Amino acid sequence: MTDLPFGEVFFGLSWLDAIIRIVIVVLVMTLVVVYLTYGERKVVARFQMRLGPTRTGPAGLLQGFADAIKLLIKEDVRPRNADRWVFEFAPYLTFIPVFLVLVALPFAQDWGVRNLALGMFFVFAVLGLNIVGVLMAGLGSGNKYALLGGVRAAAQMISYEIPLVVALLAVAMVAGTLDLNAIVSMQDSRPFILIQPLAFVIFVTAMLSELHRAPFDIPVAESEIVGGYFVEYSGIRWSMFQLAEYAALWAFSIFGSAIFLGGWQFPFGDDWGWGWQLVLTLIKSLIMIMLIFWVRATLPRLRMDQLMSFCWKALIEVSFALLLVNGLFLFYEWPQEILAIVNWVGAILFLGGIYLRAARKPSTKNLVGSYKHAEVPNP
Amino acid sequence: MSIWPEEQQVVTAEGDLDTVDMTVNVGPQHPATHGVFRMVLTVDGELVVDCEPYIGYLHRGLEKLSENADYRQAMGWWDRTDYLAGMCCEGAYTMAVEKLAGIEVPERAEYIRVIMMELSRINSHFMFLGAFGADVGSFGTSFVYAWRERERIYDLFEEVAGDRMFPTYFRIGGVTMDLPDNFESRCRWVLGSIRQGLEDFDGLLTGNEVFVERCRGLTPVTPEQAIQWGFTGPMLRATGVPWDIRKAEPYSVYPKIDFEIPVGIQGDVFDRFHVRLAECYQSVRIIEQCLEEMPEGRVLAPKLPKTLRINDGELYMPTEGTKGEYGVYLMAKGGTNPYRAKLRSPSFCNLSALKELVVGSYVADAIIILGSLDIVLGEVDK
Repeated sequence: MTDLPFGEVFFGLSWLDAIIRIVIVVLVMTLVVVYLTYGERKVVARFQMRLGPTRTGPAGLLQGFADAIKLLIKEDVRPRNADRWVFEFAPYLTFIPVFLVLVALPFAQDWGVRNLALGMFFVFAVLGLNIVGVLMAGLGSGNKYALLGGVRAAAQMISYEIPLVVALLAVAMVAGTLDLNAIVSMQDSRPFILIQPLAFVIFVTAMLSELHRAPFDIPVAESEIVGGYFVEYSGIRWSMFQLAEYAALWAFSIFGSAIFLGGWQFPFGDDWGWGWQLVLTLIKSLIMIMLIFWVRATLPRLRMDQLMSFCWKALIEVSFALLLVNGLFLFYEWPQEILAIVNWVGAILFLGGIYLRAARKPSTKNLVGSYKHAEVPNP
Repeated sequence: MSIWPEEQQVVTAEGDLDTVDMTVNVGPQHPATHGVFRMVLTVDGELVVDCEPYIGYLHRGLEKLSENADYRQAMGWWDRTDYLAGMCCEGAYTMAVEKLAGIEVPERAEYIRVIMMELSRINSHFMFLGAFGADVGSFGTSFVYAWRERERIYDLFEEVAGDRMFPTYFRIGGVTMDLPDNFESRCRWVLGSIRQGLEDFDGLLTGNEVFVERCRGLTPVTPEQAIQWGFTGPMLRATGVPWDIRKAEPYSVYPKIDFEIPVGIQGDVFDRFHVRLAECYQSVRIIEQCLEEMPEGRVLAPKLPKTLRINDGELYMPTEGTKGEYGVYLMAKGGTNPYRAKLRSPSFCNLSALKELVVGSYVADAIIILGSLDIVLGEVDK
């Protein structure tokens, strides 16, 4: 914590310093969330041959603010049979952990709220708390769709936490540290995605699930349970959930880009100033977010049991195997290059297996050839 | 927490919490019910143990209205049964009246009708493909894909008939007016775009691992079961029975046209989707042949009476609607009105098997099973 752009501590008061940093991060985050929703609407609209928002401001750029004002002045409805305290506190409990994660994220070199020695561990631990709010919203709303959504979310998040953590532990083993800044710093020549591609694949899959994004958007399935756990919320409380969702999206993207894509370090090194490093972090996190939007616009939704069996029968096994292989290589001090090759083979086998599973399904072209000419039965 | 009534919150003697089945009301306002359909699911966790469908939210008394109106006046209401394919419904009604009154229709009018009915069929099937994709959860992408082609077909309808959804283009004895001059080239362009749209659907859904995983093997129906439940149309053909009224009891100019009947393999949700996708290709073939073979001539029969009066007689006119056998029963006892009009609506018959199909599946599957039935509530509730 030496080369901070604003000096070591604001105004010499550590508590005031903490408050100022947090206020800055929360304000920036809120702005980012506003433009992430705008970006998602634009990007998905282009996927769907639409234009997206165009009316509010130039190219619809003020749409997010218009939505925010609308949500703020909307009536805050509480269903009669909702559990009052559980219902009203649930949005805060989903919202707070996600913003707490920002404390540990490395935006640029030594440029964050706090540089934690156990940064990666902190991110897991705090993001895991998110689920309490989701479950509370599901139980407290007094709505059966919300209940189904909350329970689905709980089951899903608990399951996918395991491959997520194990895959990242494998990376942490190779890095030899849990300090996010240190992990970024050691990726000056090659980011970890080149050394640990399989961990990256597992991370992205589990991340989609943790964020309730397609194809794992089962807890918030619109066509089944009409939005899931936040179906009864309106106005400002609903926007808290949205804020938490998009903030988590961005936090995960920065986290992922710091661990796998080299964060602010790769490819320019730390010679460049913190401004460029911030831009680099932003670009990398936007690449991750774009990937998520792309998947969302393309893929249908899995079913709950398929989701679970994919996690427990595929992802967890693969992630533990990865942990084991990494451990072996580190213990016997075999060369890192061979470890990277083994990981690439694993990633290609994993993705190839999924692709082959898809490829052996019948396509319409085959069925079109198999029409039978009508031999009309005699009824 | 008062989701359940007090007496259901059972705690057994050992202190284990007993689980309780939960009733979930789906509809009449729910994104997946495709209109105002309501089903009450009893679920044990994620598993559906009972399903009770409720219909009638869109009942408009079509049959009684038809009995109180002139044969010609009633036509606008028949459009509004299967509102995704208005032309098919018009076709069934006009053909029934013509057959009952013994009116000959000019050949050109027959060809125009077939073109319109097949375009309607594509229109309806595209609606199914898009909505079904949304049911399975593809975030509206499939829906918008479907809408592009549907808009082009609707534009064509507007050009021909002056209206998009409820054209009332057919007349007893032919069609209102001849096709516009540039119709053939416009129609061929739309057909090309439909082919492209079908290819897009193929790429988006059929080859998609997640989609196939959701649909393949879900509620397979045997041909015997399908016939027992009164399935017709794509629901029956998905089970492997090549039964199509256009071939079985041909009407209009279908006997002169070369087309095939796509059939499924095991009658599961995927086959129902697949058969409808494949039927669109056949409809395109039919329209292309019609455009080539269409003769010149009149489009409305000459010497039609000013007021149509039909003496005693009754008749059942089955046609291949978009959802199945769309049959019109008319009974005349003199006068200008039918004495009795009855619609055999395919959606209603297909929907009646819902409980058998849904019970025992997951909640998420119940939604896509309902989607795969491809119901239109205007037709179910008449």
